[in-house]
Amino acid sequence: MSVLVYTESDNGQFKKVALEVASYAKAVADALGTSVTALAINANDTSILGNHGVDKVLNVSNEQLKSFNAKAYADVIKQAAEKEEAKVVVVSSSADSKYLAPLLAISLNAGYATNVVEAPASTSPFTVKRTAFTNKAFEMTEMSTDVKLIGVSNNSFGLVENSASASSEEFSPSIPDFKVTIESVDKATDKVTIADAEIVVSGGRGLKGPENWGMIEELADVLGAATACSKPVSDLGWRPHSEHVGQTGKPVASNLYIAIGISGAIQHLAGINASKVKVVINTDPEAPFFKAADYGVVGDAFEVVPTLIQKLKEFKAQNA
Amino acid sequence: MKILVCISHVPDTTSKINFTEGDTKFDTNGVQFVINPNDEFGLTRAMWFKEKQAASVTVVNVGGPETEPTLRKALAIGADGAIRVNAHPKDGTFVAKQLAKVMQDGGYDLVIAGRESIDYNGGMVPGMLAALTNSNFVNTCINLEVDGTNAKATREIDGGKETVSTNLPLVIGGQKGLVEESELRIPNMRGIMQARQKPLNVIEPTGDNGATNSVKFEKPAEKGAVKLVSVDNIDELVSLLHNEAKVI
Repeated sequence: MSVLVYTESDNGQFKKVALEVASYAKAVADALGTSVTALAINANDTSILGNHGVDKVLNVSNEQLKSFNAKAYADVIKQAAEKEEAKVVVVSSSADSKYLAPLLAISLNAGYATNVVEAPASTSPFTVKRTAFTNKAFEMTEMSTDVKLIGVSNNSFGLVENSASASSEEFSPSIPDFKVTIESVDKATDKVTIADAEIVVSGGRGLKGPENWGMIEELADVLGAATACSKPVSDLGWRPHSEHVGQTGKPVASNLYIAIGISGAIQHLAGINASKVKVVINTDPEAPFFKAADYGVVGDAFEVVPTLIQKLKEFKAQNA
Repeated sequence: MKILVCISHVPDTTSKINFTEGDTKFDTNGVQFVINPNDEFGLTRAMWFKEKQAASVTVVNVGGPETEPTLRKALAIGADGAIRVNAHPKDGTFVAKQLAKVMQDGGYDLVIAGRESIDYNGGMVPGMLAALTNSNFVNTCINLEVDGTNAKATREIDGGKETVSTNLPLVIGGQKGLVEESELRIPNMRGIMQARQKPLNVIEPTGDNGATNSVKFEKPAEKGAVKLVSVDNIDELVSLLHNEAKVI
């Protein structure tokens, strides 16, 4: 037996979440006294996984798996789990992993816990801590099945260095019919995605119009951050729906979330409060966001943001 | 086309979240329950299929008698009938197994569920249901069209969206985008009156068990007060983010 972790890649490069779930799998393997096997699909160079505690990599190179397909990927992971006799399988909380994991759970007869934020509190009974009630509470969940599937919440466990030299093995699974076929993809490839971002810069109605987003994008550039927006902003068509964060939009679990001209409606906070550090910039000191934030500036975004960009550039220059 | 819409009965977003019985049970005292927002977008899209493509729409919930007002609301919005599986929803696996039986017994072609409920946030029921019934599955679905047995769907991916084609039987995990917020429907008096006459069938659960067990809840530590930085001192904000918060 071992712990199997699915390490996702995009165009051959591992996503950041891949290294985080590998770090998590190592913690589980240590608690169980076993080793970590990673499954990589069409990844170019798997050696980096060794830095995060992976002992063995199952490498799948298959042209049919070039684009993500939930059913096929779930089936490949299942075959890897069976080959390794894995008792614990670890995946991330990316859109793709959340898509494939329920299919995988049924095929492995595994209990599945999502949004897990810490290494297991106990391995007998197997107990994990996860977020519930849209980050307003934690739930301790006992998993009673023989095989357990864990979805790790993004940016919750972090990257842990664990030097090992991972051995590598070619793995040739059978590929099922796809059943769901991609017709077209519309994806900005040059931007940091909200899901992968450590820092998210988000704008609200306080910015007055879409023509004022230049400074939001510049601030995001300086910080290497993703840009996001509040619901009214996407409803008004100032920004694309894919940037809408909040309860009915994308969830955010970044290390730093900067809210500019966003009042902080409860539905917005529900979607972003898994972020570790929150900064609010708003003219209204009574805005609810000040109650949820760690740091705040009461002031006009059109003055504060350009100054912040300037100061951050100076800071980056000094610390480069 | 026979559509089944899965309805989760969840506390309203503005509810205070508290626990009772030694932090093992959600405290429903004073809490207002609503149709799960992700499910409501799906229900509204189902109404579109009913009106434009003559689909029949049944809503289903796994829960106790206390969830019936939520099902009646879905009937008032326009669903033709409702089913309640009379069981406490132990976990996602348990709920998916109950829904799989309902789907198979009723011969539904399309199941519209929400991508996740806003209470337990499991996000697993739609996919598990698809796997259990050998149906096709599209998650985080923001657009859906059906023509005969062919379906075309758009799903949200990290950093964009993707359009896919597939066939019925199909399960989707839906969300905002299936319809917009402005298209959501508030039941009118006529709808509410009609809903009282519509069938709400209560069926008993299968003998399946769940796979996980919720043992205890805890609330996050109280957050300290916000640290305010003056507009004239943005240097300090940069320094706090670097030295204190260690996020830049």
